[in-house]
Amino acid sequence: MFALLAFGVPFACGLVAAFLPWRRGIGWLCTAGLGGVLACGIVLATQVVHRHPVTALGAAVRVDALSAFMVIVIGAIGFLATWQSVRYLTEEISAGRCSRRHASLYSVLVQGFVTAMLFAVLAGNLGVMWVAVEATTIATAFLVGHRRTKKSLEASWKYIVICSVGIAMAFLGTVLVYLADLHVGGHSHASLNWMSLMVVSHHLNPGVMRLAMGLLVLGYGTKVGLAPMHSWLPDAHSQAPAPVSALMSGVLLGVAFYALLRFKAIADGALGVTFPRTLLVAAGLLSLLVATSLLLAQRDYKRMLAYSSIEHMGLIALGAAAGTPLAIAAVLLHILGHGLAKGVLFLSSGEILHVEGTSEIAQVRALLVRRPALGGIFAFGLAALLGLPPFSLFVSELNMLRAELQVGLGWVAAISLACMVVIFAAMVTHGRGMLLGARPEGEPTHGTPAVVAVPLVGGLVGCAALGVLAWPLSALLHAAAHVVAI
Amino acid sequence: MSDPVFVSTLELSAGLVLLCAVVTLWRRSLSAIVKALAVQGIALGAVALILGLRHHDGILVAVALLVVVAKGFVIPALLGRVVAGDPTSREASPLVNVPASLVGAGALTFLAYGATGPVVALVPTTAGRLIPLGFATLLVGFFAMAVRRKSVSQIVGLLLVDNGIALVAFLATAGVPLVVELGASLDVLLLVVVLRVLAAQIGTRFGALDLDQLRELHD
Repeated sequence: MFALLAFGVPFACGLVAAFLPWRRGIGWLCTAGLGGVLACGIVLATQVVHRHPVTALGAAVRVDALSAFMVIVIGAIGFLATWQSVRYLTEEISAGRCSRRHASLYSVLVQGFVTAMLFAVLAGNLGVMWVAVEATTIATAFLVGHRRTKKSLEASWKYIVICSVGIAMAFLGTVLVYLADLHVGGHSHASLNWMSLMVVSHHLNPGVMRLAMGLLVLGYGTKVGLAPMHSWLPDAHSQAPAPVSALMSGVLLGVAFYALLRFKAIADGALGVTFPRTLLVAAGLLSLLVATSLLLAQRDYKRMLAYSSIEHMGLIALGAAAGTPLAIAAVLLHILGHGLAKGVLFLSSGEILHVEGTSEIAQVRALLVRRPALGGIFAFGLAALLGLPPFSLFVSELNMLRAELQVGLGWVAAISLACMVVIFAAMVTHGRGMLLGARPEGEPTHGTPAVVAVPLVGGLVGCAALGVLAWPLSALLHAAAHVVAI
Repeated sequence: MSDPVFVSTLELSAGLVLLCAVVTLWRRSLSAIVKALAVQGIALGAVALILGLRHHDGILVAVALLVVVAKGFVIPALLGRVVAGDPTSREASPLVNVPASLVGAGALTFLAYGATGPVVALVPTTAGRLIPLGFATLLVGFFAMAVRRKSVSQIVGLLLVDNGIALVAFLATAGVPLVVELGASLDVLLLVVVLRVLAAQIGTRFGALDLDQLRELHD
C-alpha cells in the first residue's frame, strides 16, 4: 500500500501540474508530494527492517530494506530540490526567460523523473528496473536543456546520446543475464525477477555472466558517472538548472549505483567475488584519478561540484568492491550523505549564480562578508562534502576505507586516500577564494530569503545528524547491506 | 515451416540486419541512411516472426509485428522529417572516410565473432549460431556514432546499437519478457522523439545539424 503510494503521489502531482496552469501553489504541491514520498519511505523502512519484503501488484513491486532506504534518499533530496524549484521557476518567469507553459513542462518532467527513479528502486524485475532507469534519461533530457542556451543544448545532446549508449550496453548485459537464467536446468520460469535470480545465481553460466557483468558495469557505470564513460556528467550537471543538478547529482547517480549493487550480488554468486571486485576497483580508481586531475585547475564552481560527484561515485565503487556488510552499509550511508551535501551545494550554487550572475570561481569573492547566510551555507556544505566531522560523509568514508583494508585492498585504500587529500587541498583553495576576502567599499551586506535558506540549513543539519547519531538508520542500513553484501 | 526453409530465411533476415548497418556506413546521403534503417527494422521484425512461427510462440509473433511497425515505419518516418528539413542532407565529411569505414566494419564483425564465444556455446541452435551478427550490428552502430558528424547519423547509430541488441535478444532468448519488451520499445520511441526535438533546437540555434558546432563545453 505504501509502496504504491510512494510512486503514486509524485505521479499524481505530475498529472495535476500537466493539466493546471503553473502557479506557485502547484510548485508547493509538488514539494509536499516529495515530502509524502519521504514519509512513505520511512513507513516502508519500519515495515521491512526486521521482517520480510513487502510486495504489491503481483510481484512487480517489491520492497526490501535496500529499496526502502533508496526511497528515503529520493524523498529527502527530492524534497529539498522541489522546494527550491518553486523559487527557480518564479524567478525565471519574472525575468521573462520562461513562460508559464514552460514552467508547467518543468514541473511535469521533474515529477516524472522522480516517479521513474522510485519505480527503478521498487521494481522486483531487473528488466523493468532497466526500463525505469532509461526513462530517467528521457525525462531529464529537456530539464538539462531547460534554459535553452547554446551551452545547455550542447550539454543535453551529449548527455542523452552518451547515456543512451551506456544504458543500451546495460540492456545487453541484462539480456545475457536472462540467457544465463534460461539455461539453468529445471528452471522453467525465467523472468529476470531479482529474487529468483538470486536463488539460482550459483548455477548461472560463468562465461556468459562475465560478459554480462562487464557490460553492466560499463553501462550502468555510465549513468553513475564512472570513468571512462563520465564525460557527459560535468556538462549536464553544470548546465542544468540548480534543482535539477541537485536531483541528478544527489539522487540519480545513487539510483544507478543501486542497479549495479543488485547485479553485483548476482554476479558474486555466479562468478565469486574476485571478478566483480576487479571491475569495480578499475572503474573506481580511474574515476578518482580523472576527478583529481580535473579538479585541480577548475575555474567553474558548478563544474567543480560535478567533478566532485565523479570522485564520490569512485569512492562508492571502491567501497562496493570491498563488498562486506560493513562496506555496503558505508556505501549506502555515503549515497545519502553525499546526496544531501551535494544537493545543498548545487542548490546554493544556483542561488549564487542567480545573485552574482557568473559561474566562474574567480568572479565570486568575499561571500562570507557580503552574503553571510548564503556564504555560510556554502562553506558548511563544502565542509560536509570534504568529509569533515560531524557530517556523515566522515563516518562513511572512514568505514569504506576500513572495509577495504579488511578484505586486503589496502593499496586501493592508500591510493584513494591520496586522491582525497589532493582533492581536499584543491577544493579548499577554490572555496577559500570564493568565500573569504574583504568587503568592497560601500557594498552593503545582503540578506538571503528564509525560503531559500531553510531547506538548505535543514539538509546540512540532517547530514550532520546522520554523522553524530547513527541510531535512527543503523538498523535499516544493517538490514539493507545484508540484502546485497557478500 | 520445414527445416531448410527455416534455416535459410532466418540466416537471410539476420544477415540483412547486419548488411543494412554496413550500408549506413557506405552511403553519405542522409535519406539513404534512414531508408537502410527502415529496411533493417523490417528485417529484424522478420527474424522475430520466423522464430515465433517456428516455436508456435504467439507473443513473439505479436512482438514481431510491433517491431515492424515501430522500427520499420514509425521511427524512420520521424527521422525522415528531420532530414527533409535539412538543406544539406549529406554526411559531407565524416571523421573516417567511406572505404576505411567499410574496412572498420569488417574488422568489427571479426571482433564480434571472437567476443561472443561463450554466448554461442550456450545456445547450440541455428539461431544461436547467428548471435555474432547482432553483436556486429551493435559495434557498427558504435562506430557510426563515433565517426559521423550529423545529428541524424548519430541517432541512426544509436538505433543500430538498439537493433543489434534486439537481434541478440531474439536469437539468444526468443526475446525478453513481454513487459520488458514493451517498456523498452516505448523508451526507444520516446528517445527518438526527444532526440528529434533536440536536433531541431540545435539546428535553429547553431544554424546547422552539424555536431562539429558543439564545442563550447570543455575543460
